[in-house]
Amino acid sequence: MTDASLNSVPAAPRSRSLHTVDERTRKRNAAEKRFRVYGVTAILIGIVFLAVLAVSIVRSGMPAFSRMVVEIDFVLTQEQFDEAEAQLMKTSAYQAYFNAALQESLNAAGVSAPFDEAAVERILGKTGGILREFYRENPDRLGQPVSFELPASSRVDGYYKGRVTRDTIVDSRFLMKSDLDIVDAMHDAGILKRGFNWTFIQGTDSGVDNPGGAGIGASVIGSFFMMIVVLVLSLPIGVAASIYLEEFAPQNRFTDLIEVNISNLAAVPSIVFGILGLAVFIQFMHLPQSAPLVGGLVLTLMTLPTIIIATRASLKAVPPSIRDAALGVGASRMQAVFHHVLPLAMPGILTGTIIGLAQALGETAPLLLIGMVGYVAREYPDSLVAGFTEANSAMPAQIYTWAARADVGFYEKAWGGIIILLMFLLTMNIIAIILRRRYERRW
Amino acid sequence: MDDMRLTERTVDTNESKITARKVQVYYGDTHALRDVDVDILDKAVTAFIGPSGCGKSTFLRCINRMNDTISVARVEGEIKLDGEDIYDAKVDPVQLRAKVGMVFQKPNPFPKSIYDNVSYGPKIHGMTRSKAELDEIVEKSLRRAALWDEVKDRLNEPGTGLSGGQQQRLCIARAVATEPEVLLMDEPCSALDPIATAQVEELIDELRSNFSVVIVTHSMQQAARVSQRTAFFHLGYLVEYGETGQIFTNPKDPRTESYITGRIG
Ligand SMILES: Nc1ncnc2c1ncn2[C@@H]1O[C@H](COP(=O)(O)OP(=O)(O)OP(=O)(O)O)[C@@H](O)[C@H]1O
Ligand SMILES: [Mg+2]
Repeated sequence: MTDASLNSVPAAPRSRSLHTVDERTRKRNAAEKRFRVYGVTAILIGIVFLAVLAVSIVRSGMPAFSRMVVEIDFVLTQEQFDEAEAQLMKTSAYQAYFNAALQESLNAAGVSAPFDEAAVERILGKTGGILREFYRENPDRLGQPVSFELPASSRVDGYYKGRVTRDTIVDSRFLMKSDLDIVDAMHDAGILKRGFNWTFIQGTDSGVDNPGGAGIGASVIGSFFMMIVVLVLSLPIGVAASIYLEEFAPQNRFTDLIEVNISNLAAVPSIVFGILGLAVFIQFMHLPQSAPLVGGLVLTLMTLPTIIIATRASLKAVPPSIRDAALGVGASRMQAVFHHVLPLAMPGILTGTIIGLAQALGETAPLLLIGMVGYVAREYPDSLVAGFTEANSAMPAQIYTWAARADVGFYEKAWGGIIILLMFLLTMNIIAIILRRRYERRW
Repeated sequence: MDDMRLTERTVDTNESKITARKVQVYYGDTHALRDVDVDILDKAVTAFIGPSGCGKSTFLRCINRMNDTISVARVEGEIKLDGEDIYDAKVDPVQLRAKVGMVFQKPNPFPKSIYDNVSYGPKIHGMTRSKAELDEIVEKSLRRAALWDEVKDRLNEPGTGLSGGQQQRLCIARAVATEPEVLLMDEPCSALDPIATAQVEELIDELRSNFSVVIVTHSMQQAARVSQRTAFFHLGYLVEYGETGQIFTNPKDPRTESYITGRIG
């Protein structure tokens, strides 16, 4: 477009019919139509990416929520119990009882398979120990049928999830090719079934060669305690700082400097906050390593700028006439802010806070630096204080640790962990939307 | 218009409520108000007239120190309320504003219920001891602002849901609810129909028996109808100040005359 072409458009005649579209209108309409097409295309591309992401996460992550279990009805008499307890190798005595019961169940189902104690141990692990523990704790169940649900090893699990096939299997101390015959037989007999993997939800991190025992529960708790620290510190500090800066602080060089620095802080990469946390909180202040308390402190530093910027923006958006109105009837500045401005800014503040928290919940890098890596999440904290101070991991760090492990069994755990993390984030976003709706007022 | 009425107008008292001397207002580098000297009488209505942008609102905002909220604004000179300098360091502007109420040029109800809008001032000043007393004040204030009949059945609906003129009257009700000694009204009738305007003018006349009222208006007729004193501002100067009758019938300054007769503005 040049000025010449604009000038060359002849001056419109005095009166023209509204039924004929003139050249300029036609061009404007065409431009608008083009813009709409660009917009719709952009949105479609976004939706496609989102769909691909969602489908791949669900496909890769869903297997983490199921596992193969052997369900077997088992009776142990008092005499058998006494006999086993009298022996030197007590658990292997229990194991023998179990194998006998397994053999019986297979026979009853009319399935026969070459049976081998070592193979059963490879498929189900050391069952004797589990049985002994159960009956020592529940002696009243002796002589009664008890239904045991024992998780199959992760190799067997992988066989049913397609990770291991008869062609790709390599004989090892974990699983032999011949074991698959027994596995198939148990499956045919209905003893080996697919069940919901509670261990993944409730469990803690496991050893590097035991993907089947890995669970995200402990790191969910770790994340929870961190978020409490972040919320308790960053919301009051952030809101108080914003209110002061926006409503009370004088406009001078110093406050300008603070303002610039807050914006800069929001752009600092998270790993820098991790290094800072390591140097200040752990090496200088000697706070416990890998503790959710320290993680929470580091994430607070990261979240503060987000909350301050969001809060200041929503305070700014409150029309000044509202402040004038309050001051005009003789309210103090404090009353004007707390009675009128803050309630109007509340939806924005809450949204900003929840977005900040969601960012903090998904943050990985700084946690790795202060030692909140996945493998420290070995047990649940046993008290409220321990929840803050004892070594734990957090969801994203746990996911990162699983994704980095060699055993392919951890692959689905990482994806499953992502599903859980996203569910938490989605919940937080929904809460943000609900709060915004509830507090929203029009003027 | 009923211009004859203004000759009947007499001032009940000659006591000054507010005295301003050599008031200057700067917005950054712009000198918006120059050398304003004025004595505003107690129990009288003073009208500020003048073309748009001449500094009427600016001067009004000086009287209750609302200019403090504008960071670039700077006020010099002396303004005394009952003989006390309101720009003295010892004066808390919050206390001042409880005495000097204001109705703003643009209606600005709180985004709260009509009831809360009116009751807010009495509440924060601790003017009532019971809900019944508060209800009474709300009703009385809304009646004075000629709004009661329109809103009495929906006191819990948001004040922002009212029409522009209703909002303006709500703001008037809010301002009179705190029983200020001085009421500053910046174009309170700009969005009102003739009936509501007449009602608000009646209110102003009624308030005059107890308070001192300052009203900014673009309507010459209104100034003539309601005020006893009129001040004419032009380009930041207070050009002429005197009895309303004299300003409208026998202005001394040629600029006043041309404004009143419609030649500048
Ligand atoms: N907040 C402000 N910042 C800078 N300049 C201002 C501000 N408020 C007013 N002014 C300037 O001060 C001068 C006087 O403005 P003021 O609002 O007092 O006019 P007014 O007489 O009330 O006009 P109107 O009749 O249109 O309301 C104008 O030139 C205006 O541009
Ligand atoms: Mg004005």
